[in-house]
Amino acid sequence: MGLIAALALVPAGCGRDSESGGGGGGSGNSDPGITKTSIKLGGSYPFSGPASAYGTIGEGAKAYFKYLNAKGGVNGRKIQFITLDDAYEPPKALQNARRLVQEEKVFAMFNTLGTPNNLAIWDFLNQQKVPQLYVATGASDWGKDPKAHPYTIGWQPNYVTEAKVYADYLKRTKPDAKVAVLYQNDGFGKDLLGGFEDGIAGSGIKVVKKETYNVTDPTVAAPVGRLARSGADTFLDITTPKFSAQAIATVAKSGWKPLHILNNVGADKNLVLKPVGLQNAKGIVSTAYFKDPQTAKWANDPAVREYKAALKRYSPKSDPEDAFNMYGWSVATTMAKALEQMKEPTRAALMDAVRNMDEEQGTLLPGEKVQTTPDDGYPLEAMQIIKFDGANWQLQGNLIEAKAQ
Amino acid sequence: MTPRRWWKPAGLLALAVLALMLPFFFGPYRVSQFTLVVIYAIAVLGLNLLVGYSGQISLGHGAFFCLGAYTGAILLDRTGLPHLLTVPAAALVCFAAGLALGLPALRLRGLYLALVTLAIAIATPVLIKRFDGLTGGSQGITIAQPKAPAWMGLDDDQFLYLLALAVAVPLFWLAAGMVRRDVGRALIAMRDDETAARTMGINLATYKTRAFGLSAAYAGVGGALFTFANGFVAPESFTLVLSFSFLAAIVVGGLATVAGAVFGALFIVFVPVWSSDVDEALSGVIYGATLIACMYVFRGGIMGLLRSGWGRLVEAEGSTRGRSDDDVAKVAVDGPDRRAGAGAGGLRP
Repeated sequence: MGLIAALALVPAGCGRDSESGGGGGGSGNSDPGITKTSIKLGGSYPFSGPASAYGTIGEGAKAYFKYLNAKGGVNGRKIQFITLDDAYEPPKALQNARRLVQEEKVFAMFNTLGTPNNLAIWDFLNQQKVPQLYVATGASDWGKDPKAHPYTIGWQPNYVTEAKVYADYLKRTKPDAKVAVLYQNDGFGKDLLGGFEDGIAGSGIKVVKKETYNVTDPTVAAPVGRLARSGADTFLDITTPKFSAQAIATVAKSGWKPLHILNNVGADKNLVLKPVGLQNAKGIVSTAYFKDPQTAKWANDPAVREYKAALKRYSPKSDPEDAFNMYGWSVATTMAKALEQMKEPTRAALMDAVRNMDEEQGTLLPGEKVQTTPDDGYPLEAMQIIKFDGANWQLQGNLIEAKAQ
Repeated sequence: MTPRRWWKPAGLLALAVLALMLPFFFGPYRVSQFTLVVIYAIAVLGLNLLVGYSGQISLGHGAFFCLGAYTGAILLDRTGLPHLLTVPAAALVCFAAGLALGLPALRLRGLYLALVTLAIAIATPVLIKRFDGLTGGSQGITIAQPKAPAWMGLDDDQFLYLLALAVAVPLFWLAAGMVRRDVGRALIAMRDDETAARTMGINLATYKTRAFGLSAAYAGVGGALFTFANGFVAPESFTLVLSFSFLAAIVVGGLATVAGAVFGALFIVFVPVWSSDVDEALSGVIYGATLIACMYVFRGGIMGLLRSGWGRLVEAEGSTRGRSDDDVAKVAVDGPDRRAGAGAGGLRP
């Protein structure tokens, strides 16, 4: 009874001494998660569950930070990157973000993966004024309105940009193309399709047939079959890896010989093209923006060699040829650059650096720039057309820049 | 005054005070975890009414939870209804859906029923994506979270926790009262022997469908509160894992117990986090092993353990009547005046 009485004496109704992750004014005081010798970053990835293949992006990023720390870190600060598993479930991503911000007191969130997961946490992070940097999704949402979510930014060329690059390519090489489109019925598919339709507006290119599928569908053989009979001479294939492979196989069997444009997400040689037979993938067109670790062309590139050696050393279980690791490594490079250019150890100053950047990076394609201004919230906005020659992806022409807006 | 009569209200009071004080002693992340515990506990209690008391199996309660969450989110998004009104709305929608699912349950039993409910849980995320005009498809729906009124002087996370608690307490009180009275006895009788129950004049069809409806309504309330807690719903939020977590929670907490729902919810919120802290790569294995260990150590769930411990304690004080008095499973079967059972509540083999 004494215990209850004692508890009852504690004044209920009073708020707690608030020192939750907030703050972030422009003052010289430093924010949580940063000291003279360390910076804490947090990220949430699907290390388990259906999307766990993407989890290795986190490993690639970690390997870069370890490599950098071994060289002395950023301005004397060592980077500690804390990652948590969300199994690709948005509520878990939100709990992870709360934990990283409020318990671990990270300085910034970095590279959290997945469109729904980032949508689930972006209001929370912006309320807390915690940077949500370089999210691992190509949705165009992240840069659309920097005023509404000033602490959020994407990284990779977004799907609208990618679609406009395809439109541009067709306008130059096949100005009267009749296009059949297969797209995944979600934000990703619609983003790309919308961008493409925007990009071809007013040209001689026509979309003659559109088919859609759901991620939960077992196969896309039927919609691809209908597209094959549509009389189109160009196939815009907006699919994720499993369905990309199915689409390539179905096209090969059907006898349809379109110009096959396959989006970047599905264009992994080892993951997608090998299982369906490289000869079936000959002539497929896609896009790239970083150096493909699977291609002989870059085998002697200093940045790629540095990446492969460091990955072997700091993440021995990861496969250096896996493009996801290269992606993680490259995005971590941008993160470190932003931290280096930050003028004072505050979140606001970090956002200043993030929103005023103009950098080239070794592992990105030559000429590719990480470029932002306070009004342009899309860091990477150029891609290069690549064509599969039956053995490797070959770069075509020059980088094509396409703004999402 | 026997020890039992003295301890019970005191214990409840202590628990109530503890529950109320909780958000003032922890940081916002912990509080958000406790909020999830309260929310899951409501859904778990609903599932326990169905599985533990009425003996019907549902592997798809995540679907009702999801339906409640989306009902809340769509209402908030489209109509601008005040937050609290979406809770009864979600309860009503899910009650109706539960009644509808209760109809096939009249003909299907055991594994067959389990499979039907499993199919519903699998179909739910697909359906959400299919009707993207209403549900926002895979983009989900973002809603404004409830804010603490300024005069309360609370942080939003504390307010959210107390709000969930304020919804949960009457629901637990209702369930505890119900299982003690004729409804509960009818459900248990039906679970233990349908023929005997019918002979006693219990209308099986009515009780089965209502048990489904009520159980779904509890899950729906949990879902609506879940929407408040997250400010966001998406199809990926309601996977099969959620349905199985609820099932694990009722077993860990103790089948056919009301308070067990709280322990079950604590388990499904904290153990996965703990297990991935131990080893990220092996978190699934550790979680599974913990679950198995719990099954071996706590026969009859955590409530079963507490009761047998409590029974011994009271015996040691020399009382002959002080058996666990709310062991409804036994009480209902043996009659309220013959408290002969030892304290392991739960589904009979």
